Amino acid sequence: MFSKTSLATSLGRLVAALVLALVLTTLIVLIAGAPPLQTLAILVVGGLGSAAKLAQAAAVWIPLVLCSSALLLTFAAGLWNIGIEGQIILGAVFATGFLRPFPDGGSFLLVMGALMAGMIGGALWALAAGLLRTWGRVHEIFGGLGLNFVALGLTLWLIFGPWKRPGIASMSGTEPLHPTLWLEALGGSSLSPVSLLLALTVFLLVAFVLSSTQWGLRLKAVGQNQDAALLFGLNPQVRILEAMVGCGALAGLAGALQVVGVYHRLLPAISSNYGYTALLVAMLASFRSQIVPVLCFFFAVLNVGSIQLPLQLKLDSSLAGVIQGVLVLSFFLVQGFEERFRVLRRTE
Amino acid sequence: MLRRMLRLCVVVLLVLGVGCAKEVEKKPFVVGMLLVGPYNDRGWSQAHYDAGLYLERKLPDAKMLYLDKVNPADRPGLTLPQLVDDLVAKGARLIIANSDDMTDGAREAAKQHPEVTFIHVSGDDVLTGKAPLNLGNIMGRMEYGKMMAGFVAALTTKTGKIGYLGPLINEETRRLAASCYLGAAYGWEKVRKRPLSELKFKVSWIGFWFNIPGVTADPTQVANRFFDSGHDVVVSGIDTTEALVVAMQKRRAGRQVWAIPYDYEGACEGADEVCLGVPYFNWGPAYLQTARAVKDGGWKQAWEWNGPDWKDINNHDTSAVGFLVGPALSRAANEELARFTRGLATGKINLFRGPLFYQDGSIFLKEGETATDQQVWYMKQLLKGMEGASSPK
Repeated sequence: MFSKTSLATSLGRLVAALVLALVLTTLIVLIAGAPPLQTLAILVVGGLGSAAKLAQAAAVWIPLVLCSSALLLTFAAGLWNIGIEGQIILGAVFATGFLRPFPDGGSFLLVMGALMAGMIGGALWALAAGLLRTWGRVHEIFGGLGLNFVALGLTLWLIFGPWKRPGIASMSGTEPLHPTLWLEALGGSSLSPVSLLLALTVFLLVAFVLSSTQWGLRLKAVGQNQDAALLFGLNPQVRILEAMVGCGALAGLAGALQVVGVYHRLLPAISSNYGYTALLVAMLASFRSQIVPVLCFFFAVLNVGSIQLPLQLKLDSSLAGVIQGVLVLSFFLVQGFEERFRVLRRTE
Repeated sequence: MLRRMLRLCVVVLLVLGVGCAKEVEKKPFVVGMLLVGPYNDRGWSQAHYDAGLYLERKLPDAKMLYLDKVNPADRPGLTLPQLVDDLVAKGARLIIANSDDMTDGAREAAKQHPEVTFIHVSGDDVLTGKAPLNLGNIMGRMEYGKMMAGFVAALTTKTGKIGYLGPLINEETRRLAASCYLGAAYGWEKVRKRPLSELKFKVSWIGFWFNIPGVTADPTQVANRFFDSGHDVVVSGIDTTEALVVAMQKRRAGRQVWAIPYDYEGACEGADEVCLGVPYFNWGPAYLQTARAVKDGGWKQAWEWNGPDWKDINNHDTSAVGFLVGPALSRAANEELARFTRGLATGKINLFRGPLFYQDGSIFLKEGETATDQQVWYMKQLLKGMEGASSPK
């Protein structure tokens, strides 16, 4: 899965997967009792149809790009950083914690401070998963998954306990931040230009680091073959920790942006499962960092458009999630078929 | 000349035609509804959804546009103002947000759309002065419904232990749990003539209005714990029907237990053996009145706390809250309930009259003092005699 493929093959695969997904989706939508073409059209128009929709899609695109870029680092080092959800959450927790002492608001510097705090929070959580892997010999999938649960538990405890709203015990979230601590959004949307700029910068930076720096090269060497990397003195343990910390910091940034830019408070669902979606993006992109923004945009449009399903067709919006799942599965199916075909040809 | 006349005729006809077409194509009055739970939850959200249908029936050009499961757990990544944008884009002129959880979002959205009227149900932004001018609050005086629920629970219990399945802790839920207790205490002392010290009334909070797996306490488990620890009547304070479902399971296993659901008139259906009745909201009349006022341009911001129509608390056109007696309620208890309801109606029975004490022993109402609306709305603790947390620890 970690082998690099040519751009043409990736694109071909993507197209094949899209066609397969379209067929499967049409079937599902038909079973759900809705007009398939209209459903898909509503999904797409619902995510792209107007400036407001585009702004919404862009607002979802931001955390997706941040997290997918973050995962490019760990994927390069051959790591399955499932713990990214927890790292987003910790970023949100740290950002909220940083801003809590300022109920009467403050300057933009505080917001920047919160973003930094979020990065530290995410990085520390990722470091924990990394140390579990390098020292504790716990595979990062299990370590990360465990830490995700701990992160959610921590958030719930904070929201229901020390950070509760006065006189209220509700899982719905903490007291909203003072409006001066909100990231400025474009007229009436939750799209913040600052977040957009940050996401773009981070993506370009990660792409550059991975393709054109020695560190990126070493990371990939570790990802390809740890034993060889060890022999070449590349110190894979340290590289792994570096990749994890980098990934965690970026995920933490995404979490912090959800707090100051979108929800303006901490809630249990603050990560919005963007981490898991980003894992899908990173897997689908399989090292092709160029297509990451495109894939993220696609998922963002699906996410935003899904709300139109119940509004216009009285369909459950989770159908969009099903479509997303079908798409990813189709991709892996196409990949699987391809390999099977290759094996068959070889045996003939 | 002829040709010019003809051309003129065509133009005139066209103009008339377009005019006529415009007249025929009347725009519906779109009411947007944001429901915190599923529209068919047999509880809180369904009561609102049904009120929307009532509105469509009574106001012929009204059209409800609803979006359910509006909470971050079910719709990750979406915020209330975004959803409001969608409804406004679809032509909504009145938007009803149906959850306490939407307080901040509704306020934010109302500020962004001053031309649209917003109703935030169960909130008090108008009272506190935080509401922009286009945002009003509506709530039903469910205190009465809860008193009746507590009353029939106390008349039915054999163990003298009543469980209250509470959602999250805030002013609303405190006052409703307390009302239920007051009704129970009245039934226990005045009707069953038993000392109050022998009545156990326990509140367990799950942390939200309904179950969010992994986030809240599981209401099914909480209800099970109640029944397994000797509570034989569980009164639900949450949006959904877990208490009733668990009671049915216990009943099928041979246990003599009962439950009282909440919010939705039809909640008892299918649970005849255990359902003592349901205190429910009837939002239809208030929504109809609001929609008419908005349509005519005569709507004024208000904080409405609508009571039952005491002539007939189950009148769908006039009563904001009701209590539908369940099939499991004994005839004797039913008669006592009728007497109790009459007492509440005439004001002969006022359970919010002192002396009443908070859980920590401090005074809520002095001897002979009758609570004002604000005192009831902003109750600070549960009452003395109730077991369970008054506020977050």
